[in-house]
Amino acid sequence: MKILVTAKRVEDPESKIKVKPDGTGIVLEGLKYKINPFDEIAVEEALRLVAKFPGEVVVASVGGKEVQEQLRHALAMGATRAVWVNHTGPLDQMGIAALLQKVAEKEKPDLVILGKQSIDDDQNQIGQYLAEWLGWAQATFASKVESFESDAEKNKVPALTVSADVKTVRVVREVDGGLATVECQLPAVVTADLRLNMPRYASLPGIMKAKSKPIEELTPVGLGVDVTPKLTVTKMMAPPARKAGIKVPDVATLVQKLKTEAKVL
Amino acid sequence: MPTVLIVAEQQPDGHLRKATLNALSAGKALAQKVGAELHVAVLGKDVAKVADELKTYGPKVVHSGSAAGLEHYIAEAHAPALADLATSLKADYVGAAATAQGKDLMPRLAARLKAAMASEVLGFEGQGADVTFTRPMWAGNVIASVKLTTPVKVFTVRPTEFNAAEPGPAGEVTAFSPKVDAVKTKLIEFKEVKSARPDLSEAKVVVAGGRGTKGDFKELEALADELGAAVGASRAACDAGWVPNDLQVGQTGKVVAPTLYIAIGISGAIQHIAGMKGSRVIVAINKDAEAPIFQVADYGLVGDLFKVLPELRAAIKAAK
Repeated sequence: MKILVTAKRVEDPESKIKVKPDGTGIVLEGLKYKINPFDEIAVEEALRLVAKFPGEVVVASVGGKEVQEQLRHALAMGATRAVWVNHTGPLDQMGIAALLQKVAEKEKPDLVILGKQSIDDDQNQIGQYLAEWLGWAQATFASKVESFESDAEKNKVPALTVSADVKTVRVVREVDGGLATVECQLPAVVTADLRLNMPRYASLPGIMKAKSKPIEELTPVGLGVDVTPKLTVTKMMAPPARKAGIKVPDVATLVQKLKTEAKVL
Repeated sequence: MPTVLIVAEQQPDGHLRKATLNALSAGKALAQKVGAELHVAVLGKDVAKVADELKTYGPKVVHSGSAAGLEHYIAEAHAPALADLATSLKADYVGAAATAQGKDLMPRLAARLKAAMASEVLGFEGQGADVTFTRPMWAGNVIASVKLTTPVKVFTVRPTEFNAAEPGPAGEVTAFSPKVDAVKTKLIEFKEVKSARPDLSEAKVVVAGGRGTKGDFKELEALADELGAAVGASRAACDAGWVPNDLQVGQTGKVVAPTLYIAIGISGAIQHIAGMKGSRVIVAINKDAEAPIFQVADYGLVGDLFKVLPELRAAIKAAK
């Protein structure tokens, strides 16, 4: 089967994000960049599925030439080839979804798997926009039931269950109050939650091989998409700081403080 | 007059999801800022009762859309029906609570309405057409003001940032017949996770455990039961399979803001703090005095949790 996945370039989740004093953006000095962790999970799931249903994994990203790093990362994990939509400048969720729609229409995958959100914007929108505009089924927040310690996880068994005829996919979704299992007709859009799988590390041969895998370059103009943002960030602020409280020496003091000072008992 | 339309949520058990009331008060706040009427929509197999409940919270109109095809929530079915309603009402703003359903549905609805969307909104700034939405980015390390320039604007609100709506002048209930097309998704099974404890998102007290528990949640659960609290967990504890993932508090789990949050054996990664720093009083118990959790805790106790927990439970019992 053919699976399209995404690889957004985001700030390393471990890096310290600070707002510029004038509120126009974040301080970029010293930041490291990575593939969006949720997208990495999407890539992993696609690789596991393709191991069962031979085909290809195509990875796409939108941005300047630096996003080739994230595409190479996915290629090193095992993706077959990459599509790079070359665009610098502002871009919002609608713009990205419209570009991915064109890529999906061109590639005609059986399945698109994306991270449920990116850890910079934290919007959680692209998969749903994409599914609607393609007129496809959607299953967001794909999760899995067992822990990462399970044998299935160690054996890299995909959590998504594709039918033998590659006509449908079953997805366990994490929802409020429980787990919902849905069945989507293919092609469909699935968004990955954190617990879908544990992504593999790229092996050294994988990294070497990735260097010669093709990256196709596209542009918004070439795809016929106007990416003028409809959402603009007008200001950024640091969140209100929570000041550290006190350390208490023992349980008795803690309970006494909670009762008389904080009045929460 | 502009219209703000809030999408209500019916739980699988037929009841109104409480977070809808928080979304309603956000809708009221927005309606006031932009000089709009507040409307509410509720969709499902049979929503007459929920619609009657909703009208008591002061919206102008409750749009009650019952249809057999809407028995189970499916974004593909709900989004077009709501888009039709929003279009017929000429709604300017369409919002919902950022619950699992809201997060799944609203972007699909926005796509259908060719609308831009702001997720997990914390508040509204400005007046009239200049209104902007404040929302968290980078796990809450940045609070951004965002402006949407599409004719229809869609949003979800973070329920903990808005009080539940108070009863108000009763609105009118209008029934409409949602058009339900065949969809490409079907619900196979809904496995309810039942707990005798209060719901994590709504509990007044949360007792949460992390890696430091080494997977032993027994004492922690006993403390939670003493306090009538919900149990939460860090991502590390969920990833290890010690507790189900729906207990996860943080950027990628649930955002909670109880009166009292007790973090036990949780070091305090940014992603976890993003999910609980809105709590009124935070207590941290950790054997590592340098753990970052102490930087946000009102009261910190450095110690071995396996010794502290039984003592704490006894002391709380005695203090009651």
